[in-house]
Amino acid sequence: MSSYQLVVIGGGPGGYAAAFLGADLGLSTALIDTEPNPGGVCVYRGCIPSKALLHIAKLVDESRHAKAWGITFAEPKIDLDKLREFKNNVVKKLTGGTGQLTKARKITYIQGHATLLGPHSLKVAKTAGGEETLEFGHAILATGSTPAMPPMLKVDDPRVMDSTGALDLPDIPKTMLVVGGGYIGLELGSVYATLGSAVTVVEMTPGLLPGADRDLVDVLSKKVTGLMKKVMLNTSVTKMVAEPKGIRVTFEGEGVKEGGKEQLFDRVLVSVGRRPNSKVPGLDSTRVKVNDKGFIVVDDQLRTEEPSIFAIGDVVGEPMLAHKASHEGRVAVEVIAGENVAFEARAIPAVVFTDPELAWAGLTETQAAKEGRTVTVAKFPWGASGRALTLDRSDGLTKLIIDPETERILGVGLVGPGAGELIAEGVLAIEMGANATDLKLSIHPHPTLTETLMESAEVFYGHATHVYRPKR
Amino acid sequence: MATDFTLPELGENVAAGDVLRILVKPGDTLAKDQPVLELETDKATIEVPSSVAGVVKDVKVKVGEKVKVGQVILSVDGGDGAAASAPAPAAKASAPVAAPAPQAPAAKPAAPAPAPPAPAAPAAPNRKVVDINRGARPAAPAAGSDLPPAPASPSVRRMARELGVDINTVTGTGPDGRISIDDVKAHTKKIVVAAASGQVGGGVAAEPLPDFSRWGDVERQEMKGVRRKTAERLSSAWATIPHVTQHDYADITALEEVRRKYQKAAEAKGGQLTVTAVAVKVVAAALKAFPQFNSSIDMTTNEIVYKKYINVGIAVDTERGLLVPVLRNVDQKNIMEIAIELAQISEKARARKLSLDDMQGGCFSISNLGGIGGSFFTPIVNPPEVAILGISRGSFQPVYKKETGEFVPRQLLPLSLSYDHRVIDGADGIRFMRWIVEAFEQPFLLALNG
Repeated sequence: MSSYQLVVIGGGPGGYAAAFLGADLGLSTALIDTEPNPGGVCVYRGCIPSKALLHIAKLVDESRHAKAWGITFAEPKIDLDKLREFKNNVVKKLTGGTGQLTKARKITYIQGHATLLGPHSLKVAKTAGGEETLEFGHAILATGSTPAMPPMLKVDDPRVMDSTGALDLPDIPKTMLVVGGGYIGLELGSVYATLGSAVTVVEMTPGLLPGADRDLVDVLSKKVTGLMKKVMLNTSVTKMVAEPKGIRVTFEGEGVKEGGKEQLFDRVLVSVGRRPNSKVPGLDSTRVKVNDKGFIVVDDQLRTEEPSIFAIGDVVGEPMLAHKASHEGRVAVEVIAGENVAFEARAIPAVVFTDPELAWAGLTETQAAKEGRTVTVAKFPWGASGRALTLDRSDGLTKLIIDPETERILGVGLVGPGAGELIAEGVLAIEMGANATDLKLSIHPHPTLTETLMESAEVFYGHATHVYRPKR
Repeated sequence: MATDFTLPELGENVAAGDVLRILVKPGDTLAKDQPVLELETDKATIEVPSSVAGVVKDVKVKVGEKVKVGQVILSVDGGDGAAASAPAPAAKASAPVAAPAPQAPAAKPAAPAPAPPAPAAPAAPNRKVVDINRGARPAAPAAGSDLPPAPASPSVRRMARELGVDINTVTGTGPDGRISIDDVKAHTKKIVVAAASGQVGGGVAAEPLPDFSRWGDVERQEMKGVRRKTAERLSSAWATIPHVTQHDYADITALEEVRRKYQKAAEAKGGQLTVTAVAVKVVAAALKAFPQFNSSIDMTTNEIVYKKYINVGIAVDTERGLLVPVLRNVDQKNIMEIAIELAQISEKARARKLSLDDMQGGCFSISNLGGIGGSFFTPIVNPPEVAILGISRGSFQPVYKKETGEFVPRQLLPLSLSYDHRVIDGADGIRFMRWIVEAFEQPFLLALNG
């Protein structure tokens, strides 16, 4: 039986980051995953392939928009096979890379399904056949999450897809329904809409992207609503039946008024959230606890109730984001290596990669209101940004959530092209404990969208260069 | 039109509390200043008075829930709207943090606190000039509170954790109190030096606990409110104050006769003529004679603060733990008055009605455990006070009388005096103790010297 100081179950961005650091810190490490290479949902069927498609969608959208600037392209011809190949190549390149990095670090990579046998051992049913039992000093559970598929929406028909199915890009359906107006639905919905599908989005709550600040979502909604055939808010799906001509969907709620109670779609994408993969086989042979929401219970050092077992990423809680997982993975390994550290991030950025992109980090205005916390919000509309105008995109918005007493930056929100890149500066500001003056006094390059962050800080003091506010 | 009533500022360093009781329900007619909520905070149980009037439409909090300053407690129909959300009393944005907040007006939180001198209160907030050199502000509030986190970068936070230092206890010297690596090092050094010189640093991390479940079942309970505060305060007192405790007996045979004689009279007035009541008067007189016992130490300025007033705190054992309400200006009150006030305030403590104000401003504390038993203990000084008197159970003991050559039964009261050796020398300690003993033995001295 082979024995390791560290065994990581799950090779997603959390799991492989943990395994890599473990090896770098000198721990004998094994990494177990069902795929041939590390990467997990993120690289194989999540963040990465969807971004490849969104990039293409943006190109198509801009080429159409170019007419307004005096450049007219012909309508694009879409070679779906080639497009899929590009996307698949991106995935192949990346996972090939992680595979090489695994080898270079002398990590034992085992492809297969793991079953825990106790606090210090597990067995793997290998994909290639056979079984292997491992002993470990410490294990990290990084088993991730899977798309939620409520029984009511479960239709045994390939035309009803989850995000994984949609990313396979089987065809470009004439009509498509996206169930759920969260980030996954909006991202994939925009891809299909840009490629030519008439996409309808149905969302149960009164707004898209529940949880994000409304002023940011409003900007995004305007663009998305234009792109989609229809967005039905306050509406839910009560029934879905597969018929030869399509999927017949029954709605209930506000959207019924104009769209009708029943509609037929060529394809349906169900994107109503993700569920943690906490039913790890053999978990009951350990003291690891799972809470009523299905998340594995860990402390701030990512340790489960079983001292030798840690858990990270989607399986331990929201937000289910790759960058949170990899940070947690590294913290867990440092704890295992004997460092007295903990997960103490103050800002976990969230990005929605639609066009416009929407991003936030730290405290949101919504959250502050919920907590009854006094904050000052400083906003800079992109209509006043030279760079935004050169892109012909004046619809963006940058805002800072500031503690009025200390003037510390507690949160940053952005909507507009490139928001996902811009938010990183906000994260650094929050983590460093920067105040509005720090941001204001840091010279930002001109002309760039980053200036909107600096000018938001100026707005806080009432004297932004490009925003005039009459004195009260 | 419905008006929301939000939890107003409750006093210094009080950001939240647990709801003990809700005193109104939907449909009730609410008057301004009428108590709506009983809140248990770290420091006291507080009745929160309404700043709005009208008919209660909706109560938005539940018993047991933690509510924060600014959180909506209830909505009122036909509210007069005045001070709907009570504005934070002190001019938050500009109040210098170093300025000591006035005694928190806990009883009337909605009333604007007499603001500390607020220099440069900007008339037009949007033209505020930011002074980068505001100097060090005290470290951000302790972990667990919901105020902004300590202004330290991730690397500094991580280093503090590795050194076992709570980042929230480190004072930053950078702009706006920013905490640097050097600040963490300086803080750690201070703790180490303090430990080396005999003062065990309060900030030193506790030894990790073993896994108790190896030996049997255990249950973990959150330390809440009074318990947590007691633990923190006593650790800090023990760590910072070099304690000395002296013991002595006071012969209270004569005093007891008098006390019993007037007990009825006291009861008629709603008081209890207890040993504690007498002790308060004795201590009040002793503090006049020994001003260093009525002082506080200011280590930051190397000064001793002498107080010209005499307030005595009384340790009261309550269901929620140890509370120390303060009797004010006891030197100007007679024993009967003290007895009455003592009965009232003890009742208030047990009924959870003490306000923060009731527990602040003490000069000296008395802890009487005699009602339960024991002879002698080592009380811990209640900072910023510098001394405390512990009283145990009086009992009859044979006392040898030289004059007659025989043993006589006398009732002796064991007294234990702990004091802060930084300001009080041993000789003064025993002099103070002898003074108290003699005052107990010859109550006439109180009238003579007190």
